[in-house]
Amino acid sequence: MKKTLLSMAVAAAALSLGTLAAEAKVKACFIYVGPIGDFGWSYQHHQGALEMQEALGGESEVELAYLESVPEGADSERALERFARSGCNIIFTTSFGYMDATNAIAGKFPDVKFEHATGYKREHPNVATYNSKFHEGRYVQGVIAANLSEAGVAGYIASFPIPEVVMGINAFLLGAQSVNPDFAVKVVWANTWFDPGKEADAAKALIDQGVDIITQHTDSTAPMQVAAERGIKAFGQASDMIKFGPETQLTSIIDDWGHYYTERVKAVIDGTWEQVDVWEGMAEEHVVMAEYTNMPDDVKAQAEKVEESIKSGAFDPFTGPVNKQDGSAWLAEGEVADPGVLLGMNFYVEGVDDTLPQ
Amino acid sequence: MFEQIIITIATAATPLLIAAIGELVVERSGVLNLGVEGMMIMGAVTGFAIAFTTGSPWLGLVAAIIVGALFSLLFAFLTLTLVTNQVATGLALTLLGLGLSGMIGESFTGLPGIKLPVLYIPFLSDLPFVGKLIFGQDPVFYLSIVLTGCVAWFLFRTRAGLTLRSVGDNHASAHALGINVIMIRYLAVMFGGACAGAAGGYLSLLYTPQWIENMTAGRGWIALALVVFASWRPWRVLAGAYLFGAVSIGQLHAQALGFGLPSQFLSSLPYLATIVVLVLISRNRRLTMINTPASLGRPFVPDR
Amino acid sequence: MRVELVKRPQHSALFSALSPFIALGLTLIAGAIMFSLLGKNPLDGLYYYFVDPLTGIWDPNNRWQLHELAIKAAPLILIAVGLSICFLSNNWNIGAEGQFIAGAMAGSLIPVVFPEFQFWLVLPLMLILGMAGGAAYASIPAFLKVRFNTNEILTSLMLVYVAQLFNDWLVRGPWRNPEGFSFPGTVRFHEYAIIPEIWPDGGRANWSIVLAIVAAIVMWFMLSRTLKGFEVKVIGQSPHAGRFAGFSTARMVFFAFLVSGALAGLAGIAEVAGPVEHLNEKISIGYGFTGIIVAFLGRLNPLGIVAAGLVLALTYLGGEAAQISMQVSDKTVRAFQGMLLFFVLACDTLIHYRVRLVGAAPKAPATGEAAGNV
Repeated sequence: MKKTLLSMAVAAAALSLGTLAAEAKVKACFIYVGPIGDFGWSYQHHQGALEMQEALGGESEVELAYLESVPEGADSERALERFARSGCNIIFTTSFGYMDATNAIAGKFPDVKFEHATGYKREHPNVATYNSKFHEGRYVQGVIAANLSEAGVAGYIASFPIPEVVMGINAFLLGAQSVNPDFAVKVVWANTWFDPGKEADAAKALIDQGVDIITQHTDSTAPMQVAAERGIKAFGQASDMIKFGPETQLTSIIDDWGHYYTERVKAVIDGTWEQVDVWEGMAEEHVVMAEYTNMPDDVKAQAEKVEESIKSGAFDPFTGPVNKQDGSAWLAEGEVADPGVLLGMNFYVEGVDDTLPQ
Repeated sequence: MFEQIIITIATAATPLLIAAIGELVVERSGVLNLGVEGMMIMGAVTGFAIAFTTGSPWLGLVAAIIVGALFSLLFAFLTLTLVTNQVATGLALTLLGLGLSGMIGESFTGLPGIKLPVLYIPFLSDLPFVGKLIFGQDPVFYLSIVLTGCVAWFLFRTRAGLTLRSVGDNHASAHALGINVIMIRYLAVMFGGACAGAAGGYLSLLYTPQWIENMTAGRGWIALALVVFASWRPWRVLAGAYLFGAVSIGQLHAQALGFGLPSQFLSSLPYLATIVVLVLISRNRRLTMINTPASLGRPFVPDR
Repeated sequence: MRVELVKRPQHSALFSALSPFIALGLTLIAGAIMFSLLGKNPLDGLYYYFVDPLTGIWDPNNRWQLHELAIKAAPLILIAVGLSICFLSNNWNIGAEGQFIAGAMAGSLIPVVFPEFQFWLVLPLMLILGMAGGAAYASIPAFLKVRFNTNEILTSLMLVYVAQLFNDWLVRGPWRNPEGFSFPGTVRFHEYAIIPEIWPDGGRANWSIVLAIVAAIVMWFMLSRTLKGFEVKVIGQSPHAGRFAGFSTARMVFFAFLVSGALAGLAGIAEVAGPVEHLNEKISIGYGFTGIIVAFLGRLNPLGIVAAGLVLALTYLGGEAAQISMQVSDKTVRAFQGMLLFFVLACDTLIHYRVRLVGAAPKAPATGEAAGNV
């Protein structure tokens, strides 16, 4: 019964969209938490979606639909239901807060594939989860920062204390400490993903307190511009921000979702889609480092070497010995962190000068 | 370092100050325009777009001011000519502004902007301590101070200012005296729009020279609150804007120093500080009554 | 040529009924123009906005959209009904958003802190706590206004940000779900802490829409049929007259804020105990501010507010349908909503005034019926 309803809904949607859309082999749908013009998280996901459409043969092959700025409360379930009923074959839900809604709607529409970014719940066989190991890039940044910083202190503009951000701070510091064991990080929580003015103010405050390298885990390019103005170096976030600091950006961690989206939508076309739980990083090019710029050649070589060793799997950023912030042992010599612990990380490693909200 | 912190505070306070001064004039004329956020974001996108296409940030700023004023005309026409409800119309204006600016700005996302140059006077700007503070800030900073002075002078020292205030205090008797209430309010609303537009332009041309959707991030609302905070006095708006800026920047410094307090509590300090100060100054009931425009938000239709 | 308004001797019943339709007509025309300018088929655009979400009325396949309409409208109606009391009595409560969050936090206390209490009384207690939380939070600006003469626009607005940050701290700190991989958010509420759905077969609309409509009817009755309602309006129109009649303005400030705070708090707890099913940091998505628009769109009449809440909810649903089916962006949706509001507000002018276009000569003959304003 449900199936007939569904196919009727699909047929109705297809009819109303006319002939062009009806020819597409697959309809891929995306739901974004921010505006696609944020030039950060949602922007990169949308770029990935466009790249996927291009790679699979353009509009005639893949029909693309998206909803932007969908709040993560009651609205997301409605948006997903609408997607599922409008004939989407695969739906990508690109923010953590869509987790429950994704699973709820997936239960109602078993023939539609759901892909949830950064979550951990897969309550139905048609739900997959995917995420990227951004912290691998943060480790490389730490290595660079410790080499270039004269003050021995970097400023870290953080958004919210969620595991991914905490993981990033830890990886950054571990990378830095591998070069300079005394390296310190000053953390400022902006309590926003996205407020250019506030991020700029945070960058200025950090610089005024003596840091000479800025890194950020918020989405706007404002901190990069501030660093450029004040003549210090900075790392970009989410996208390549070199245009905002041609003489400032050292490198940037680029979220590249295009490969994954192409692969998964292709799997739907080929009928080979299966539930997965993907957490991939540099090796799979989910995390790409922007060109290393504005640094001496030896530092660049060192950064490339670290990047290569992470890529090849020879090295993991979270390899012991590592102590927790309070000095207690966490990872023994040579021990590699358990992914489960990382994905729920709520503690700092030794050397972070900040109190994590508990 | 100290002077840098002050300059940072000034940068954070200037857009709030400009927008709030504009709204102050609007409210002094008896009109409540809650669309500051919408006019501001329109100014931001126009400023960026024009600066980017023409290469001149100054043209961008001028365009932001003009568009802010034009956009406010929409509000003026509805609330003054068609006497619609001011609160609802203002909110609708914000909605429209956020939508329109997003549409206009779509093609400007992710482009580095052109920054308005800061002032540099040889020798003077290089003086220790005060050089940068007094002679080395951005041009709009100076304009915002001058604007505050001018508005204070205009409202309380000129005949036209008296007329404007009388319209805000009692439009019926102002009308009876032969004052064109509607025209004065139109002008006041447009001035407010121009100021909000300039504040938006400041964001996209100076504070963070780029265009991003929703980049005003609620600053229009803070500006509105500052007008009330200042009990409709221009110099108090300035004090309020700098207080708010100082606490906002201060909490970031407190975090960087590692005070160990949850960042959410530090982040809420600017709002709490504003409330506390307002409570302290509004205890004098008589003074507040004098300054509050009595006709604020009330519709007016001339009965000829 | 300019526009001139002539006040009607009494408000026009005809235009009271007609103005929403005129506004709709104008919006349709303007919307059609906008869609054409964007290179989209205007008829499709209008269909998705205004018809598609309502097709559930005759098409059971689309009945889920009606449920969604109810879910979206319920908090808007609850908040706006409360605000109407505030605005009618001249209390400018701009902070319903904060009271919404306060209610959500207070109501969540039971399922989060005492999850072992699992019986039928939990939900009613949560709703009561939610109302109490919202009312308590609203009492702060009320108290400051009465005691220190502090302007409530500023205090209620600032308290919104404080509530947001406090809630953020709560769901990341003490109330965080221990099994949630350190992500913000409390545990999922158990079944006794969830508002039941009305017809679970058709969609997920729950009893909060019924609560909203009941609240609207009660408030309408209070405003139009009781002495308290009369007091609200008298004090709103003229505090002097109110004092003369022996009404206390201070008590009215508390009354208005407590009622609107309680209803906003109820909306908050109904949201987290309804479609969201747990408390998290993202629950505040501007219902409190949109509620202000709804209140005025409904002409501050609780029954009108029910209609206004449904219309605004409709534009959200329709906007999404248009985004998906026609690839118009989210920005168009907001611009369209803004336009719709403008037209509705402008057309309401016709109820109280006649609009005349006057030629260049400013002197029009006096009609004699122009009633004094204010």
